[in-house]
Amino acid sequence: MTELLSKEVKAEIDRWLKKYPEDQKRSALLPALRFTQEANDNWLSEDLVKAVAEYLDQPHIAAFEVATFYHMYNLKPVGRYQLNVCGSISCKLCDCKGIVDHLKQKLDINVGDTTKDGKFTLKEVGCLAACVNAPMMQINKDYHENLTPERVDSILETLE
Amino acid sequence: MITVEIDGKKLEVQEGTSIIEAAENAGIWIPRFCYHKKLSVAANCRMCLVEVEKAPKPMAACATPVNEGMRIFTTSEKALAAQKIVMEFLLINHPLDCPICDQGGECELQDIAMGYGRGISKYSQGKRSVEDEDLGPLIATDMTRCIHCTRCVRFGSEVAGVREMGMTGRGEHGRIGTYIKHTMSHEMSGNIIDLCPVGALTSKPNRFEGRSWEFDQMASVASHDCVGSNTFIHSLRHEAMRVVPRDNENINEVWLSDRDRFSYEGVKSHHRLHEPRIKKNGEWQVVSWHEAMAFAAEGLRTASEKWGADQVGALASPNSTLEEFYLLSRLMRGVGSNHIDHRLRESDFSDQTLRGAFPGIAGSLNDINQQNAILVLGSDLRREVPIVAHRVRQANKNGAPVMAVNMIDHDLNVDLAENIVASPDDFVQQLSGIADALNGKGEPTSEQKAIADTLKAAEKANIIIGHVALHHPNAVAIRALANAIADLSGATVSHLTDGANSAGAWVAGAIPHRAAGGAAIETAGLNYLEMIDNPLHAYIVMGISPDFDTAHPVKARAALNKADFVVSISSFTSDILSESDAIYETADVILPMVPSAETSGTFVNATGNWQQFQGALKPQGEARPGWKILRVLANFLKLKDFEYTSSDEVLDAVKAAVEANDLMSRVEKSLVLTSLPATTSGIAKVTQVPLYRADQLVRHAPALQHQLDESHRSARLNTRTAKLLKLASGDRAVIQDADESYVLPVMIDDKVSDNAVALSAAMVGTKTMSDFFGPITVTKG
Repeated sequence: MTELLSKEVKAEIDRWLKKYPEDQKRSALLPALRFTQEANDNWLSEDLVKAVAEYLDQPHIAAFEVATFYHMYNLKPVGRYQLNVCGSISCKLCDCKGIVDHLKQKLDINVGDTTKDGKFTLKEVGCLAACVNAPMMQINKDYHENLTPERVDSILETLE
Repeated sequence: MITVEIDGKKLEVQEGTSIIEAAENAGIWIPRFCYHKKLSVAANCRMCLVEVEKAPKPMAACATPVNEGMRIFTTSEKALAAQKIVMEFLLINHPLDCPICDQGGECELQDIAMGYGRGISKYSQGKRSVEDEDLGPLIATDMTRCIHCTRCVRFGSEVAGVREMGMTGRGEHGRIGTYIKHTMSHEMSGNIIDLCPVGALTSKPNRFEGRSWEFDQMASVASHDCVGSNTFIHSLRHEAMRVVPRDNENINEVWLSDRDRFSYEGVKSHHRLHEPRIKKNGEWQVVSWHEAMAFAAEGLRTASEKWGADQVGALASPNSTLEEFYLLSRLMRGVGSNHIDHRLRESDFSDQTLRGAFPGIAGSLNDINQQNAILVLGSDLRREVPIVAHRVRQANKNGAPVMAVNMIDHDLNVDLAENIVASPDDFVQQLSGIADALNGKGEPTSEQKAIADTLKAAEKANIIIGHVALHHPNAVAIRALANAIADLSGATVSHLTDGANSAGAWVAGAIPHRAAGGAAIETAGLNYLEMIDNPLHAYIVMGISPDFDTAHPVKARAALNKADFVVSISSFTSDILSESDAIYETADVILPMVPSAETSGTFVNATGNWQQFQGALKPQGEARPGWKILRVLANFLKLKDFEYTSSDEVLDAVKAAVEANDLMSRVEKSLVLTSLPATTSGIAKVTQVPLYRADQLVRHAPALQHQLDESHRSARLNTRTAKLLKLASGDRAVIQDADESYVLPVMIDDKVSDNAVALSAAMVGTKTMSDFFGPITVTKG
């Protein structure tokens, strides 16, 4: 199944494999799944997870254990923009629920869902270490802090 | 050795031992769920928390090694408080469905909850529920009951060598499963039923059939392979309920293969024979034992008077007991014939007079784990003798290189240091190459040289000759070359034999060239192949169906059909999947025999271990133990000295014969090959007997039959051979064999060697095959 992985992804995995002892290829599961996900519109199909496992000589289940453990791996298709709203303690105290509710209403989706046009996916995530400016959310790789419903609206307007 | 104190007891223990092991050795029980002596330490259930002096927190007894002077308290207030709290956590999400749970009564969680659980839960929220897995026909799941001890996961990666299960998700969403639905296909998968401390994994065939405390338990010995795993048969009101392993470190450790575990279903098959039958004027009639015996004796006597005693032959299943073999051997010799054999899947016998006491495994089974190098010749180990495969894997994990020369690139579940996949024709040449490499002559290939060097360098090396090689038409040359390689490299040779009691057949004289105890015979009788090549006038067949239990189904059936008189001693009327009834078709009298679970007897395993067992179940209907049938038949034939009143007396007679002939001191002599067998060109068969088709009993066990897959019903060949024959996956291949032709779907399998077509014997689609390895022509149908 490894033919599902592109040449570039394989090269990147190979580069990471060099960082671990030869008999511990399992260590490369995390980065390998990440590259594979990034090269596939940010999500991992079952077949892709299997492909990564096979590329690293691991049983399929070993890759699924990792892929299901971390919320950063998406096991179903996601929107172009992932809205990851922090739901941990500091943000919670600063009413992140209000932000989530606002997004739910505005986008007409539930947490974990993707808008019909495939633009946004809404997720609630664990602490992203920006407590000082709670509440916050991460959109793809960028942080947006000190959120209010109004600010959220203006941020979303800037996204294509 | 260091000194520790557990619960006030001073103990001398080996350094590095964990607290739980040290306590267990001293007879102190610490509660646990995830710890298992045969698996790695996970320390994730926390049930074994104990108090250690000067340690600020309770310590997990399974993961804490003992130290000099350590004082451990397993039942102190602090330890008990910790254990109770862990128990409370475990019970938060565990359903209270013990009344409908199959594990109830033998559940570790239930037992420990009785001791450590609270009567009332502080927890009022809902419990989580988890979707069930479908793991196939053998293992039932109720994953809501799972407490995440991960024993099943560790069994898969550490013992089975195939990691099928894992823990996906995290925290409260964590669950044990395969993630992608699939059937557990490992040959030892049933062991996770025993390992599971709760009712999450239970036996599917035994589901809701009874409560463990109602079962009667009888020690027994598994009747399928030459290891003879120790078992307990559990029964309820004389009906077999299940089979579980009986610990024996020297044989099966704590494990049991699925074939040994689930074949008991065959005992309950409605294809069992319950009464004696005779064929009179072409019509089958149910008759009394007396009439059937008189009829059988009369038929045999008539045949031997009319055609001569050497026109009577006997073919016995290699799963017969030692006592049955002995009585059959004496009966045949009493009649005046030496034509008796149990090697029904072999076809090369020319070295039989050189063999030792019996073909078997060198040393003990534990020795396999201790080898420094292992060479596997012609064997699909995992699907022949699973326990030996397990031990080879352990040796490999201990660092021994495992090498293989095979006709199909079998998945042996080890990292093969060297792997030669040769066509059936080239197989012998490859062995010759290895011998040449050791002799320093010829031009061995690099692989042959590497195998030779590894064997020579190893202090202890073993060459394991498997079933595929045993059934090969050049089996004698293979044995001779293996012996030569062993002599030159200092290795030992192990033979894996068919059935549960091939060794017993040699000991008891169920071979044409030696009587009981290996006593010499003036002129050897006909072996199995000679008996069917030149059909005799009368046969006694025991425990076999000619279609599925011989290597030459067409010839065997024809020989029996042609005979004037055939006595079939059998447990089953026919084979469950068979379209026609080979036994009814070929026999003149059928004497119903009980399977080994219903009789006392002895199996001699491949290491020469005589394992006696008692009948665990009541004989069904009028069926009788094989030894009684043969004893009475001998009486009807008016043969002398057949006055045995118990199987023990028969066993004593065998023991006396063994001692009288000093059988056990007999050593195997090597045959010196003067020339290699001629090679032929063209397409040849490579035939294997599927694990769950090996004998009558397992063929009648429905759950195991569901484990067969398409590969067993197909003709498998590699891409090159397929191209050569212009065949593609999904085509129908018309296979023209020496006698008849048959049609099978094509499956492309690049594990098969060139110019070979891999087939499965003992299947309906191949019951018209001429032999296991002969040449065939294949065309597209």
